[in-house]
Amino acid sequence: MNVIATDGLGKRFPEVTALDRLTVGIAPGVTGLVGANGAGKSTLIKILLGLSPATAGSATVLGLDVAREGRAIRERVGYMPEHDCLPPDVTATEFVVHLARMSGLPPDDARERTADILRHVGLHEERYRAMGGYSTGMKQRVKLAQALVHDPQLVLLDEPTNGLDPVGRDEMLALIRRVHAEFGISVLVTSHLLGELERTCDQIVVIDGGQLLRASATREFTREAAALTVEVTDTDAHPDGTEALHTALGAAGLSVTRGGSSAPGSPRLLTVEADAEGAVHDTVRDTVAELGLGLVRMEQRRHRISEVFTEGDAAEGTDAVPPQNAPATTETAAGRRR
Amino acid sequence: MNTPHTPPDARAAGTGAPAGVAPGTGDSAASIHDIGYRNYTGQRLGGGYILRSLLVQTLRGVYGLGRSAKSKVLPMCLFAVMVLPAAIVVAVTVVTKTSDLPLSQSEYVLTMQPVIGIFLAAAAPQAISLDLRHRTTPLYFSRPLERSEYVTAKYGALAAALFVFTAVPAVVLYAGALLAKLDFADQTGNFALGLVMCALFSVLHAGIAAAIAAHTPRRGFGVAGVIVAFTVPYFLVSALQGIAWDQDALGVTGWIGLASPGSLMDGVQATFLGGESTFPGSRTPPLGEGAVYLLLTAALIAGSYFLLLRRYRKAGL
Repeated sequence: MNVIATDGLGKRFPEVTALDRLTVGIAPGVTGLVGANGAGKSTLIKILLGLSPATAGSATVLGLDVAREGRAIRERVGYMPEHDCLPPDVTATEFVVHLARMSGLPPDDARERTADILRHVGLHEERYRAMGGYSTGMKQRVKLAQALVHDPQLVLLDEPTNGLDPVGRDEMLALIRRVHAEFGISVLVTSHLLGELERTCDQIVVIDGGQLLRASATREFTREAAALTVEVTDTDAHPDGTEALHTALGAAGLSVTRGGSSAPGSPRLLTVEADAEGAVHDTVRDTVAELGLGLVRMEQRRHRISEVFTEGDAAEGTDAVPPQNAPATTETAAGRRR
Repeated sequence: MNTPHTPPDARAAGTGAPAGVAPGTGDSAASIHDIGYRNYTGQRLGGGYILRSLLVQTLRGVYGLGRSAKSKVLPMCLFAVMVLPAAIVVAVTVVTKTSDLPLSQSEYVLTMQPVIGIFLAAAAPQAISLDLRHRTTPLYFSRPLERSEYVTAKYGALAAALFVFTAVPAVVLYAGALLAKLDFADQTGNFALGLVMCALFSVLHAGIAAAIAAHTPRRGFGVAGVIVAFTVPYFLVSALQGIAWDQDALGVTGWIGLASPGSLMDGVQATFLGGESTFPGSRTPPLGEGAVYLLLTAALIAGSYFLLLRRYRKAGL
């Protein structure tokens, strides 16, 4: 069953259309919601929490209708806002305990859950200190903890990696993986950075100008472009080792191109279409060994999702979003928000 | 700590991931990761509990309870300043053996308005503005708490804080009156009316202060706004009433009294709660005029609540 399902969802403000006929189903797991600023991500989250009525269509969260059962949804869902939301003169423990009670947990349970969840997100002794002195990374952890403290079935994370350095980003992404893998909580995480989502998410939903651009499993985004780059040495038996391997792999039934799209200038590279299981890797290894060539490199080469998009946009471009209009919509939407 | 580190194999069912055997990377962040996640299976209480929890937390916060020692100083000092004169009045009553308290509970509240104003100017921004300034409100509204419940809890907490602030001196006065062996029935009646006055005064003033604080998230603005709202109109009313009194336009003084929350309460208590007004000539507004006072009080309370509700309409997400 889908944790989130929208059907023709629309949100129209007097001057701007924030969401336009959005129909998407989101399965349990970690789902990335990608879009530029003002693409409609925040509007969608507000509607999903039952805080802002849609002007068209319908949506359900965990099987509950957003228009009629907002309160029940908010009991079962956690939300981490993008912006800073922590009072500086309160300790993390007091703050999270209070918010646990605001989710309906009795006082003793609220304390116990807070201690548990702060440990899970990686806050130790500092949880007894006022939050004003926290680093951005620690603040993000508290924000995540308050979204998880009532053990929701789904969390909505709005740009959780914002403002973090690369290490902090990786830690936060690993934490998000664990929220699903270990805690069993489905995650909807928004970002305007595709790269970090493809490492973390099971599914990616891309919206722009309030419309759905694409929704599919991360695997499908990357599979299309999975390939191996192979480089070998020449030997006396095979003065042109690259060509020999090219022929041999072709004979083995693999699709091989010389040069390789990743480095067009290098004639010594072979690009082999690969599958996910790794059978192709074995074939390449065995063939190289049979020919007695030296294997200089064999590396997995994946297109980034963003590449798939730019290609996809170029191909279908016009019917998805008119490129000229998109930035304009984005700006007006962002302007309204302020 | 009542949740000791559980061994990885003691993790609750329902997670099933092999993350318990976390790689020994050695850094402190990894070491906590091998404590398994436990699902929450306990009670989830409803809106009434949540509203009550928020109300109590806000009420405690106003007096600095559960906050730093520094935050307790101002409210506690003001509280002492508020109660001390009542104790002095009691002492005077007991020693001089008068037949009545020199100052009724209602009059006491009106006399102490400057102290109450300072208290509210500190309390309302603390109770209301902080959530807005630190943008904590989205965390409330993304929980099973309706906008109206949030407003009710915050407004209720501020009104309750003010009621405690004004009713404790009233209790002291009553206790003193009994101690001085004044007429029991008289004093109990006055005390009851005094409590009604305290409650009405608290709800009205808390509403106005809360509405101002909700619209001034910036530090300092709320404090200034509340003080201005309670002092400037009151002084203007007093001055204008004085002028009208000088001109022998006694009837006008009543209408002028509608223009400030303090004088409004003065008129209400003089008409309905058996008190003596501090208007020029201790004039008691006639019943019709008093009804207008009461209506305006109700309108202001409802208006404050409505303004608060409207303020949070966008939920801040």
